[in-house]
Amino acid sequence: MTAAFAFLDAHRLVHLSTVDLVIIVFYFVLVLAIGFYLKGRANTGEDFFMAGREMTAWVAGLAFLSANLGSLELMGWAGNAYKYGILAAHWYWIGAIPAMLLLALVMMPFYHICKTHSVPGYLKLRFGESSRTLASVSFAFMTVLMSGINMYAMAVVMRVVLGWDIHVSIWISSVTVAIYVALGGLRSAIFNEVLQFVLIWAGALLIPILGLVEAGGWSGLKARILQNLTEQHVANPAAYTHLWSTLGDFSKNPMGINWIGIVFGLGVFISMGYWTTDFLVVQRVLAAKDLRSAKLAPIIGAAFKMMVPFIVILPGLLGLALLRDPHTGSLLRLVPGDLAWSEAGRAQGLHGFDEVLPLMLARYCGPGLLGLGITALIAGFMSGMAGNVSAFATVWTYDIYGALINKQASDGLKVKMGRWCTLLGVAISIGTAYLVMQSQSIMDYVQALFSFFIAPLFATVLLGMLWKRATPAGGFWGLLAGTGSSVGMWAWVKVNPDVVKYLALSPHAQEQAQNMFRALWCGLICAGVTVMVSLVTKPKPDAELTGLVYGLTAIPHEEHVSIFHRPVFWAVVVGVVFVALNIIFW
Amino acid sequence: MKPGGAISIWFFIGISLLVNGLLIFGAGIYELFHPPLVPVVLFHLHASVWWGGILALLGAGYCYYFAPGKGRV
Repeated sequence: MTAAFAFLDAHRLVHLSTVDLVIIVFYFVLVLAIGFYLKGRANTGEDFFMAGREMTAWVAGLAFLSANLGSLELMGWAGNAYKYGILAAHWYWIGAIPAMLLLALVMMPFYHICKTHSVPGYLKLRFGESSRTLASVSFAFMTVLMSGINMYAMAVVMRVVLGWDIHVSIWISSVTVAIYVALGGLRSAIFNEVLQFVLIWAGALLIPILGLVEAGGWSGLKARILQNLTEQHVANPAAYTHLWSTLGDFSKNPMGINWIGIVFGLGVFISMGYWTTDFLVVQRVLAAKDLRSAKLAPIIGAAFKMMVPFIVILPGLLGLALLRDPHTGSLLRLVPGDLAWSEAGRAQGLHGFDEVLPLMLARYCGPGLLGLGITALIAGFMSGMAGNVSAFATVWTYDIYGALINKQASDGLKVKMGRWCTLLGVAISIGTAYLVMQSQSIMDYVQALFSFFIAPLFATVLLGMLWKRATPAGGFWGLLAGTGSSVGMWAWVKVNPDVVKYLALSPHAQEQAQNMFRALWCGLICAGVTVMVSLVTKPKPDAELTGLVYGLTAIPHEEHVSIFHRPVFWAVVVGVVFVALNIIFW
Repeated sequence: MKPGGAISIWFFIGISLLVNGLLIFGAGIYELFHPPLVPVVLFHLHASVWWGGILALLGAGYCYYFAPGKGRV
């Protein structure tokens, strides 16, 4: 092996052909070309940070979803489907669709009408500077951590699948993202996210199609999973193919959770917190050209979100049914990442849960298709990272630098700051990726972060939008109490694992279940403190709440457009399909 | 106004699908005449050929419909 290829590892899952490499290189050239092409259209703050607020509903909607569809999402949830079965689909259906529809129909009008640049910016208008500072600092912290996690996940796949050195993968991809976002700002990030969305589907869609052909359709897949898990003496094997029927009891499903945790912890606080207040995704919708587009964008995102389990959850289930050791022919059992990626694990040829998607990719895809599949994973990583970095740059520039450090900053200086923050965000993310390498499980770690910051923020923003009596003091202390209690509960369990039976209502609760219940409790604490403090403090006068609160905001009506152009019609369609999917896979 | 300038994002997507589709289709045709020693599972379905063809056709359609100068967003 020559020095030029010293970063290649002999323990690789697949070998790329020339055509695969051409496809990957072409992708990098195209995203950089888009960045350079859009450089001339990012001269003002509105252009750089809000993409000129001129995106159509389709572009904003697909970018809204794509920013969430990082490599972490693709590989982590395929791995979770292998680990927990079809229960992982809850994160795509009840854990996303109701929240997206809430954002579209209830919350988007307030974000759009007040013309805020960010979610912390809305808190400033509604509750004052202290709430904004708390939210912006915690968001900036969380978003660079997320970015580092995404980076790490991508680098692991590159090492497992291609044998690429983990450090080389991190640096090449992150520098590319830094260039195209720093050049073209949010517009460049959004354009590339739409491109990446299409490539993800083009590259990943063949796996479930061919997998179902091999397994003999959905019924054949279920039968194989049942047979394989029964052979391995796994408890409650039927729970791996049913969404709701095993959620009556903590001990009857592999996640150790019940329906209360899924519906209220995931479906209400974590999901609604993420999809309605995480600026990473909300920023894409704020870039929509008008209110109707801003409302339609999350609904378009929801329609596609419902289909994502086809390319993420189904490959994980197919792995449970079909993967066999190529040498012995016996069932292949994937193991936790820490074990698989240790020296001993690699020497034994073990594979981690998060490797199930690349394993299925290598199973079906020959030259060309393999390159496109790898491109899909790289695209997923880059879209997630670009989302984090562009959101970080906006919040830092407007809500930390412009609000606390230099209140007189000109528009030109803010654009300059945004470009530098993009580079800074990438640099911090790279540092974070090296820290995350010590984490036991990628997705569990992210869920813990979500529940620290996101669940309380949702309670604060929703009360702010719907209850005009909520006061600045109530908003701040509620947010602080919610975040503090979440961190406290997490630390308590780390110090004394026995308290899980109190916090998650069951000693059987696994990591994901603990996160759901922690989000539920800290969201309720935030709401409770906000209400109590608001009732004993002085509210803002109505005149200061115009455009921010329900009942004091004139929301444009849509009677003049046909029913097929109304967001509410498509929200109902998406809602009906959502209910049907849950019944079909009950 | 177009979201981004003179060239629609959908044109870029068309270029990407067309180029990738042609490369995959070409690789699939090559494998038809030179089968690999260790084929992938379900090799006999020749997924590269039909999937590459679908992507190329879709990409060509997007390139034509959203070509610069046609004024489509």
